[in-house]
Amino acid sequence: MKRFFGLVSKEFQHIFRDVRTLVILFGLPVVMIVLFGYVVTNEIRDVKIVVWDRSGDQLSREAVSKILSSGYFILAGYLDREEEIESLFRSGEAKVAVIFEHDFEKNLVREKKAAIRLVTDASDANSAQLALNYLQGVLTGFFMSLDQDVSLPWAVDIKTRMFYNEEMRGVYMFVPGLMALILMLISSLMTSVTITREKEFGTMELLLASPLKPVEIILGKVTPYVLLSLVNAATIILLGYLVFRVPVMGSIWILMLECLLYITLALSLGVLISTHASTQQIAMVFSMVGLLLPTILLSGFIFPIDNMPKILQWFSSIMPARWFIVIVKNVMLKGTGMAFIWKETLILLGMTVFFILAALKRFNIRLE
Amino acid sequence: MIDSDTDVIRVRELVKKFGSFVANDRLSFRVHKGEIFGFLGANGAGKTTTIRILCGLSYPTSGEIEVAGHDVYTQRERIKRKIGYMSQKFSLYEDLTVSENIRLYAGIYGLDRRYILQREKQLLQQLGLQDIQNQFIRKIPLGWKQKLAFSVAVFHKPAIVFLDEPTGGVDPITRRQFWEMIHEVTREGITVFVTTHYMDEAEYCDRVSIMVDGRIEALEPPAVLKERYNCGDMNEVFIKLARKQ
Repeated sequence: MKRFFGLVSKEFQHIFRDVRTLVILFGLPVVMIVLFGYVVTNEIRDVKIVVWDRSGDQLSREAVSKILSSGYFILAGYLDREEEIESLFRSGEAKVAVIFEHDFEKNLVREKKAAIRLVTDASDANSAQLALNYLQGVLTGFFMSLDQDVSLPWAVDIKTRMFYNEEMRGVYMFVPGLMALILMLISSLMTSVTITREKEFGTMELLLASPLKPVEIILGKVTPYVLLSLVNAATIILLGYLVFRVPVMGSIWILMLECLLYITLALSLGVLISTHASTQQIAMVFSMVGLLLPTILLSGFIFPIDNMPKILQWFSSIMPARWFIVIVKNVMLKGTGMAFIWKETLILLGMTVFFILAALKRFNIRLE
Repeated sequence: MIDSDTDVIRVRELVKKFGSFVANDRLSFRVHKGEIFGFLGANGAGKTTTIRILCGLSYPTSGEIEVAGHDVYTQRERIKRKIGYMSQKFSLYEDLTVSENIRLYAGIYGLDRRYILQREKQLLQQLGLQDIQNQFIRKIPLGWKQKLAFSVAVFHKPAIVFLDEPTGGVDPITRRQFWEMIHEVTREGITVFVTTHYMDEAEYCDRVSIMVDGRIEALEPPAVLKERYNCGDMNEVFIKLARKQ
């Protein structure tokens, strides 16, 4: 046990003496959360809109000037045919089209009902949604201020349509996704790099030629990362709460236990990678390309899994992050307990056992 | 100090294959207690493969091998307690200080803390490294690193210390001093198993084996070899043997 603690404290010394490691370990989560927080909560500005005013009356003109004076939108021009919208979206000259129906004012006065149609370029779905929300807000404010005895026109009929991504599913849940990403990055990348470093410097040979058992060596190397990753998970949850106001509805203990499970999984993946890589660079590339990219792309963190082709959907189910994100969303956002996440937990547990066994096997083979 | 009646390493018919490549081809030799056993050979002759097997870092394909009285197939853990190992890279941790490295490795061998501190002080004095004991390894010159790596490898007083090309990249004077250190530890009864391809160093060994293409071509004291092959120095002996193939 004493020997083991010697190893662990040596590993801590490596970590705390290397500025780059420290930056990745503690700087990265903070920077990413703050960055995402900033990007997500950022107000929209100067969104280019085009107007197709089929009515051309006093009220529709006032509505347009109200939109433009809000400061969020700038006018890219007027249209007179619906077909033009698409080409403007394609060329990027406009992001939103505002369409007033025929006889807008007349309809509003006579029938107490008029329609505005908002069309957005949702190839950038997030900003499209934001722009729509703002537009609706501006228009609502305008018509309310009219002090007319009318019901709000869009309450009846503001039709919005999103081009290119009509469904808008998988609304961005950055905190769970970021957690999956950062923990994967730190746990697997750092362990694979730190173990290959020992191989490169030849110190691994010395440890292996010593009375230490291979399992002790590996545990000695990963234990500090387990602890630090847990600290990281807590930091992310805390920052998520402070920056995003993302609450933890469920039990924080279940959440941390799930984090521990996911961290263990990522660490065993890191060990597995290190048994294949001979240099730190290879380990790094391996982790980046083999783990990070798929985690970002296929876990449902950014791109909704339902929209993927079948084969990628299948592929995404072997991504640990996919299941972890489901767990975190459930516990954090819905406040559910184990009853709803036992399946995902079991999957992660199974993966962990698999990777640990694979890593141990590889590690032993390498000794032959 | 050599006790030729006691063998600390016994190897019979050691074979190690990597796929169809035979790295060690039926090696047989014994190493006596307290001797400096030179294990020579050109690059790729199979020296490191043998040393790794003897240190329990790799399994042989076949053969009977005993190190410090233990079988390499079944008693690797026991062997590891009784040996010291220094690799070609003087493997110390660059981001730990001189003292930290000593304490780490000593701790791994389960030595008592008070004993470690006392020996460390002694050692630093002997090596003249007291002033830099808190310096990071990456800041100290190669020659010092090498001496320190060696001292660390014998810190726990192993029965045998394996040195795998311990003098690579080091200047002649430092190499000379290093060999003095090697002689020093044999006086304490430690057996030294050393690989090298500097033939002048072979002269310092009690016996040398010369390996060519996975086989041992000769195994005698240097003086005997020089006489047998009618050569002025070990360099000539080596070239003669290597060319024969």
